[in-house]
Amino acid sequence: MDVYSFLIQLLNGLQYGLLLFLVASGLTLIFGIMGIINLAHGSFYMIGAYMAFSLSSLTGSLFLAVVIGIVLSVILGIVLEWALFSHLYNRDHLEQVLLTYGLILVFEELRSLIVGNDVHGVTVPALFNWSIPLTDTLSYPVYRLFMSAVCIALAFLLWLLIAKTRLGMMIRAGASNREMVASLGLNINLVYRLVFALGVALAAFAGMIAAPVSSVYPGMGTSVLIICFVVVVIGGIGSIWGALVASLLIGLADTFGKVLIPEAAGVTVYLLMAIILLWRPEGLFRRV
Amino acid sequence: MNRRKIALLAVLALLALFPFAGATFYTELVTKVMILAIFALSLDLLVGYTGLVSFGHAAYYGIGAYVLGLMTPKYEAASLWLTLPAAIAVAGLAALAVGIFVVRVKGIYFIMVTLAFAQMFYFLFHDTEIGRGSDGISMNFKPTAEIGGVTPFDLGNATHVYFFVFVILILVFLFLHILLRSPFGRALQGIRSNEHRMRSLGFPVYRYKLASFAIAGALAGLAGYLSAMQFGFVNPELLSWHQSGNVLLMLILGGQGSLIGAVTGAFAFVALQEVYQSVTTHWQLLLGATIIALVIFLPGGLASVAGRFKRKLIGGPENE
Repeated sequence: MDVYSFLIQLLNGLQYGLLLFLVASGLTLIFGIMGIINLAHGSFYMIGAYMAFSLSSLTGSLFLAVVIGIVLSVILGIVLEWALFSHLYNRDHLEQVLLTYGLILVFEELRSLIVGNDVHGVTVPALFNWSIPLTDTLSYPVYRLFMSAVCIALAFLLWLLIAKTRLGMMIRAGASNREMVASLGLNINLVYRLVFALGVALAAFAGMIAAPVSSVYPGMGTSVLIICFVVVVIGGIGSIWGALVASLLIGLADTFGKVLIPEAAGVTVYLLMAIILLWRPEGLFRRV
Repeated sequence: MNRRKIALLAVLALLALFPFAGATFYTELVTKVMILAIFALSLDLLVGYTGLVSFGHAAYYGIGAYVLGLMTPKYEAASLWLTLPAAIAVAGLAALAVGIFVVRVKGIYFIMVTLAFAQMFYFLFHDTEIGRGSDGISMNFKPTAEIGGVTPFDLGNATHVYFFVFVILILVFLFLHILLRSPFGRALQGIRSNEHRMRSLGFPVYRYKLASFAIAGALAGLAGYLSAMQFGFVNPELLSWHQSGNVLLMLILGGQGSLIGAVTGAFAFVALQEVYQSVTTHWQLLLGATIIALVIFLPGGLASVAGRFKRKLIGGPENE
């Protein structure tokens, strides 16, 4: 593999990893802070992608679609938390798994009813629809670089929110001891609702910006969910930093694995997980 | 004899007489339910009695089914007495192999890694040529029960299949009943109750959990084998997480931690599925909504309905 091909695969791996991080961070945030395992998290990614498709077809602009989509997903997150997830706080894992599994079924069928089961493409916005030439035969799409940049920016903003703001402080306190925070007079229910909405919005946003690259298809929620689980297991649940490291690791392993050993394509990720399970079962950066 | 035993015997008698009462369609339907009941029982050992919530149990179900599919020659029947133990053994070994990795982790991690490994098996059968890909395998002949020149029953006959599965269901039920009363089974329940305490008492908790996982996998393989035998067809969807989710649903429908609950749950699930499928092609929407409502309003499963009703009538403590 020459330098330029290697560079292309490296960039692809990083971009995939960063996108995964966006989705996985929502999952690990919701579990780390609220103690809820949400199997339907992949569905939010799918919903984001389908929203990008339908809204951009309607408005003609992906940017506008993304803005509207973010607002809609925050509303969805707030409604879901209020209606369903607030019941799950002290319940055991089996019940959380089942309720969120039921939610996946509901989302999939609703999508089937509303938009159908077809695979769709979303066109890359004209602003980014060009490539940087690397050699006379190879070039790299600028949209992918844009995606990576957006993910890095969001990761930084997330860190800022959690580590440096008052809301972030309340979130971290609520993760340690929910009752204490409530008895100190802070509205922990509102905090949880916001955290959940944030998680949903992150996953949906990831689906929206990934749509032009990975196309919009019915099974996308499931595939991203499983990989996110692997990310969380490797990174350690509740740890955003772990999610970032693990996502990048998986992004690179999967991309290079597919290129170097195409027969074993999907298995590289699981192999990685198996190794981590043998070596450090609680994840690389366990928080709780 | 107490009331519960009488009720149980009555149900068994009903099941035994059933094929003579209804059309072949219903005989086959109840056979399918009994096979799913075996599947649910196998998961109940893991979830209800050892406290390990696995979301990847369908992998071993599917592996048992594929063993029959792969061992059946194209132009003649396979031997039941060879393929059935093979399916149980292979599924059990697969579960043992996965268990070595997953039993190291607990709680949420366990759920996630069991799902991840199940997906790995799913992709193995779906994307590679090992299981002939996404089309699956069609078997031209049902396995034959011939042994020593004598064929005691014909697995092509729906009534014979019904009773064969019925007997296996009873055997599995008795096996688990005895296992759970043995010191091994008691230890598993102790682990479900409080793992740290068991460890401090000197139990090798990892080995017990691994054994439970392997046994549950082997029994799931048995159910998968029977399913392949009944339908004459295997495909990767047997290992899908929908299958894993459905069997967990059966447990919560019937009430986990109870062998009879597992069987009841299987019946309830298939009943629900049949009803919903007759109403609309988008039946999964109804199923999903039912699951959500069930978790929010009836966490103890259908079994708890009787308890709640009784308490409303005559009063008593909320948490018995």
